[in-house]
Amino acid sequence: MIIAEMKPIEEILDMIRDYQKILVVGCKGCVAVCSTGGPKEVSVLASLIRIARKKEGRDIVIDEESLDRQCEPEFVDLAGDKVADADAVLSLACGAGVQMLAERFQDKVILPGCNTTFLGVTEELGVWSERCAGCGNCILDKTAGLCPIARCSKQLLNGPCGGSMNGKCEISKDVDCVWQLIIDRLTRLNRLEMLEEIFPVKDWSPAGHGGPRKMVREDLKT
Amino acid sequence: MKEFEPKIIAFCCQYCAYAAADLAGSMRLKYAPNIRIVLVPCTGRIDVIHILRAVENGADGVLVAGCLEGGCHFVEGNFKAKNRVRYVKNLLGRIGIEEERVEMFNLSSAEGPRFAEIANEMTERIKTLGPSPLRREG
Ligand code: SF4
Ligand code: SF4
Repeated sequence: MIIAEMKPIEEILDMIRDYQKILVVGCKGCVAVCSTGGPKEVSVLASLIRIARKKEGRDIVIDEESLDRQCEPEFVDLAGDKVADADAVLSLACGAGVQMLAERFQDKVILPGCNTTFLGVTEELGVWSERCAGCGNCILDKTAGLCPIARCSKQLLNGPCGGSMNGKCEISKDVDCVWQLIIDRLTRLNRLEMLEEIFPVKDWSPAGHGGPRKMVREDLKT
Repeated sequence: MKEFEPKIIAFCCQYCAYAAADLAGSMRLKYAPNIRIVLVPCTGRIDVIHILRAVENGADGVLVAGCLEGGCHFVEGNFKAKNRVRYVKNLLGRIGIEEERVEMFNLSSAEGPRFAEIANEMTERIKTLGPSPLRREG
């Protein structure tokens, strides 16, 4: 899923400083799963903002909404009436959701309440970590199902580097060396010989280095 | 001027703090009358939003009272509450509301006198801090 975290409350308060009536819009997709932007977090942020503004003696009216997915126009449009009522809209979805709001509501100030951080997994309740960098040309078949692009600090394709020590990456003792994990897993799978294949220079154009990406499925288009 | 009488919301677990409050009553112990008790099935039920709503609606202080650590009827509800209380304190602190207005306490159902002590302790603390900034300027 897409992982995001709430921006520092100080930054959010500063963003909405000039508004008297705002709408906080969450998303029940990825950001709800990582406990950043679902209905629960929308209520918490709204309450926090009201407390802060009341303390300043500048009350604010806050409406709340959470959409099934903020990255789809059909769902976003459902918030139309509430959006129309607000001076500004504060979104707790990922950057894609924020931009979908901006696209659908051209005349409205749309603000991001989150920092979108990475594509990752839930390790345990309250802990999420990165797994995929969206490189556009997946190589997990060659790396025992573990991604060196997202998880090797140097994005090495023919690792590990000399900084791998006791299974940890040289940048921090808390970061696993993914190349060590790849080797361990290939050993378990009895496929260690796969390491002999040298990765050629990677084409980064599908990774976004060739400009913004788009996917079209002609069979689905209307 | 009339002396400031704080309004304190106390979320009390039914297995310990609430029973202890009951016991304090049966023992005819006197304690500060500023505490408004909200019965909860376990402090693990308390969410961040419950504490914020209390503050938002004018509580001068909020206390969460759960079982002794290791004694939760639902094993770890009080640890969850402890983490959430810590989280809320941080959030409130950052928007200029004194963190001390929110506190977690642990006690057993047999500790009637301890409940009275907590009620007094929290009331004194909030009296020292003064009314919630939301009430002062609002
Ligand atoms: S808006 Fe973002 S967070 Fe919500 S479902 Fe779409 S991709 Fe996931
Ligand atoms: S190789 Fe590319 S697509 Fe596959 S997991 Fe890694 S970053 Fe994602």
